[in-house]
Amino acid sequence: MLTRRSFLQTSAAAAAIAAGARSAFADTPGVTDTEIKIGQTMPYSGPASAYGVDGKAEIAYFRMVNDMGGVNGRKINLISLDDGYSPPKTVEQVRRLVEQEQVAFLFSTLGTAPNAAIRQYCNDNKVPQLFVATGASMFSDPQHFPWTIGALLPNYQTEARIFARHILKTKSDAKIGVLYQNDSFGKDYLIGLKDGLGADHAGMVTTEASYETSEPTIDSQIVTLQGSGADVLVIAATPKFAAQAIRKAFDLGWTPARYMTNVSQSIASVMKPAGLEKSKGVITGAYGKDPTDARWKDDAGFKQYAAFIAKYMSPNDLIDANAEYGFGAAATMTQVLKQCGNDLSRENVMRQAANLKDLELPTLLPGIKVNTSPDNFSPIRQEQLARFNGESWELFGELLMG
Amino acid sequence: MAEPGALRLIATLAVLAGALAFPFLASGYHMYQGAQVLIYAIALLGLNLLTGFNGQLSLGHGAFFAIGGYGAAILVARLGLPYWLAIPIASLVCFGAGFLFGFPALRFGGLYLALATFALAVATPQMLAYKGFDAYTGGSQGVSLMKPRAPFGLPLSADQWLYLVCLFCAAVLYWAARNLVRGRVGRALIAIRDQPIAAETMGVNAALYKTTCFGVSALYAGVAGGLSAIVVGFVSPDSFGLSLSLSFLVGIVVGGLASLGGVVFGALFIEFVPNLADQLSVNFGESAKALPGAIYGVLLILAMAGMPTGVAGALRAAANYAMRGLFSSPARTS
Repeated sequence: MLTRRSFLQTSAAAAAIAAGARSAFADTPGVTDTEIKIGQTMPYSGPASAYGVDGKAEIAYFRMVNDMGGVNGRKINLISLDDGYSPPKTVEQVRRLVEQEQVAFLFSTLGTAPNAAIRQYCNDNKVPQLFVATGASMFSDPQHFPWTIGALLPNYQTEARIFARHILKTKSDAKIGVLYQNDSFGKDYLIGLKDGLGADHAGMVTTEASYETSEPTIDSQIVTLQGSGADVLVIAATPKFAAQAIRKAFDLGWTPARYMTNVSQSIASVMKPAGLEKSKGVITGAYGKDPTDARWKDDAGFKQYAAFIAKYMSPNDLIDANAEYGFGAAATMTQVLKQCGNDLSRENVMRQAANLKDLELPTLLPGIKVNTSPDNFSPIRQEQLARFNGESWELFGELLMG
Repeated sequence: MAEPGALRLIATLAVLAGALAFPFLASGYHMYQGAQVLIYAIALLGLNLLTGFNGQLSLGHGAFFAIGGYGAAILVARLGLPYWLAIPIASLVCFGAGFLFGFPALRFGGLYLALATFALAVATPQMLAYKGFDAYTGGSQGVSLMKPRAPFGLPLSADQWLYLVCLFCAAVLYWAARNLVRGRVGRALIAIRDQPIAAETMGVNAALYKTTCFGVSALYAGVAGGLSAIVVGFVSPDSFGLSLSLSFLVGIVVGGLASLGGVVFGALFIEFVPNLADQLSVNFGESAKALPGAIYGVLLILAMAGMPTGVAGALRAAANYAMRGLFSSPARTS
């Protein structure tokens, strides 16, 4: 029975909740009863403009969400500005988003240098910098940068740790040679590999050979690695150099176990130039459904992605990895907003972004889940290994955690 | 009748007054844009001295801008120097680099020099990411800097202070460039550009003037780069790509070759037209996000077709036209 006292208590509580919710809007820029305004920078022009598809896919995804009524009755309005991949421009555009447009937070700003340029600003002003679109591990550092959270892909260190674990399991007396690109990508790999091997086994890495992207060929590095007697070759190289490495090692008659970064897993631009026969047996890590792989044609999740492309983007975008990435990132963002409910304060958005539990995305391999917590800002930390069979990648073994 | 010189003085003072009032009226974001415009204007002044007045074509001024930027960033972040000391030191390094580059440049003329400097612009981002310098340059991840606050407890925000620092540097460097081109040195530079053989016959040491001009031009770019590092608070190889060097050339041509006042318009063009292109591309639908580059190109062509001698040339023509209309017709009747 409803007594007067309990009625008063309940209504007081309801009023308090309503007041709390209202004040949360009033405090948060960009949030009204009908809209959530968020911002990002993208290289729509300039040297990295191929990545612009990522931003286009995210805009399109939110249009789809809005067509279905938005999140908790609010439409998502993503303001996506061009920065030409130039850090000074990124700073300018982000200040415009935060100070003029009054966005609630930033989502999926693209590029290592552009994100590095705005990280301090975002953290000083307590503006969430969510799911930055770069694999660099420096953006998963909750202790020093609690307002910046990493990308929806396993970062380079994660993948290298997974390779290290597999090597330990299958060949505990291996001598590992590493070919790495001399930049943050290659070095992250080296750090992850040693970390995964652990202090006891760090000595297994017998040779490290680096190259510059300006070098025409890496033949001499491969000769050095072979000469060191290594029987495992880890290739932390971008496509052109990865192809050279596979071909040169084969031509030398050197047959180590080969682990190659998934940055270079394209069959068209790596395996074919290297030679399909010569590439047989190369191992890589996979986390997403390869849109060029016929096996996913009837997969429910992949069909969802294909339907989205058909309705909201151009057909050519279907096999673009950037479009697939944008789809997954925007889906994750939508989940965070759902979890926020009516409290869209910046603190709560950040709290929910760091509180994703076993989220499955239609574009991820079955079993790979998005997980974040206050001390884990690397949303995807699982991969499954895949071996090249001369035609396509064959997944094998169980999911590995890095 | 008003003297053109007096008109110009009034215009200069009006621009300066506006620029001084700006930080007290605008938001932090607009002040950042204002500082960017001033930084570009300084770099354009330097390039205009070299290309506009001395006729040496450079496609590589982004490289000197980068040396200034990295120089200042390293001195501040790694060696703990204050920025007001770091920027002059970095720009002196640029002067040295420019002066030395001026020697091989003597052997190249016109397009060949353009190619040589182009190579400089292409090489710079890779040099900056070179492994051997990692400890100082931070490799491809660059160097982050803290924003300096206004000194002496002045009641200014960091944005206001940095804007005023840029304005001060721009005003001093403009004044210096103006004095330089008006006097003997300026006449020699222009003579070398227009009639190199005649200039040498008259006793102008062309080699010395050309190399020094290269050095001074690089110094301007270095000051601009140093200020940019402090204002942006970050440098990385991606900050100094090829497009930066090309945009400088666009800036002096759009502003007006051999016009010091024109650099302001060139700087405004570099800063705002890419933003405008991005905004306009939204009108072509959400899927037209790849268009800003194309729209930028169209705007550039329109600007050059409408003002073939740059904004400064167009203004000069307009002023002459207005003068004739106001003052000349009565004179003719008498």
